[in-house]
Amino acid sequence: MLTKRIIPCLDIKDGRTVKGTNFVDLRDAGDPVELGALYAQEGADELVFLDITATVDDRKTLVNLVREVARHVNIPFTVGGGISSIQDVSALLNAGADKVSINSSAVRNPDLIDELALQFGSQCIIVAIDTRWVDGTDWVHTHGGRKITDIQTIPWAKEVENRGAGEILLTSMDADGTKAGFANALTSTISSNSSIPIIASGGAGSMEHFYEVFTEGKADAGLAASIFHFKEIGILDLKNYLASKGIPMRI
Amino acid sequence: MEIAIVKYNAGNVASVMYALDRIGVPYTWTDDESVLRQADKIIFPGVGEASTAMAHLKEKGLDLLIPQLKQPVLATCIGMQLLCKHSEENDTTCMGVFDVEVKRFQSHELKIPHVGWNSIQASQDNPLMEGLKKEEFVYFVHSFYVPVNPLTTAVCDYVQPFSAMLHQDNFYAAQFHAEISGMAGQRIIENFLAL
Repeated sequence: MLTKRIIPCLDIKDGRTVKGTNFVDLRDAGDPVELGALYAQEGADELVFLDITATVDDRKTLVNLVREVARHVNIPFTVGGGISSIQDVSALLNAGADKVSINSSAVRNPDLIDELALQFGSQCIIVAIDTRWVDGTDWVHTHGGRKITDIQTIPWAKEVENRGAGEILLTSMDADGTKAGFANALTSTISSNSSIPIIASGGAGSMEHFYEVFTEGKADAGLAASIFHFKEIGILDLKNYLASKGIPMRI
Repeated sequence: MEIAIVKYNAGNVASVMYALDRIGVPYTWTDDESVLRQADKIIFPGVGEASTAMAHLKEKGLDLLIPQLKQPVLATCIGMQLLCKHSEENDTTCMGVFDVEVKRFQSHELKIPHVGWNSIQASQDNPLMEGLKKEEFVYFVHSFYVPVNPLTTAVCDYVQPFSAMLHQDNFYAAQFHAEISGMAGQRIIENFLAL
């Protein structure tokens, strides 16, 4: 049976993992390669590396980092942050990334989604959507959720699918950081209306939240950062819990 | 041992190379006929669209060479589909090593493509599954599938049971991406290299 996926997200700055980590068994908690490999070993189904600096110099650092991750990690991994051209994507895929995630650049230039899907195949193009509820509607936001656009989230999700996105990474800025649960209603609406997988992100604070996002939220994958970094929830414990509740898991 | 990876326009070659690096074996990425003929093992990887991939193979004469290869060949994902007779993806005539059709998934309930980790059940005599459990999880990304047939050596279930692996003579094939399928995928590649 096709399983639901658990995806830890690592924020990268200057080639290092940021946000504190609480892994006593890591030689270097800031080393994204070591942390990624550890997550893979613990049963993570995929990894997402999000580059939060993305200046020109950092791009070279990022490509080198991707190469190192690919050498050490035997599960699929996605790279996102500051990707805005075919050249950017080509460099990351050639370095060994399995997928890339685009966000602001897709909002700025939606044709980029079609171009990337045609060039590299939909399977490696994830469109990340940051969404926030404002004045009674869900609106797409950019710049890490700080800047509102004039695009509504639900039709945008359909549009990116039609343009060739292979998966959608949906982050609720309302839920993000609250640890009060994923945005299940919106995730469910988008997932039901979509034939591509939806990765839900933002709000994970407990194992129950993952159960809810896979049942009520109809998500195909759940992504989280800090609860895994701080070891509040172990990946294997989470997967055993979800499996015991009848959610298909790879264990 | 000389390992050759077939060079054509398919994506994800980097992942295959890094998987071989992790195992610790050297390899050549080539479309050169003599190098391919002399290699001990051939890996024919792929991500992409069938008609474009076939056109590219034809341009280089690889569509005629690959079916003649005598050493063990491991084809993955679109590589497996290209070794079949015909694909519904843009009505493409393929290489015909496996005398089976590639069909498009049709479902109203389930999402297409089939993306993620799914379990496969291997047949008893599948040498690539040596040392693995009868049921293992591997990573899939595909919209087209090969129905279960006499050449099927592992079955996966999505929409309906389909071929996760095929085998005929020296040709071995996997619909999933062994190169990013965790320890199970690594063992499958190691088993192929040990044939």
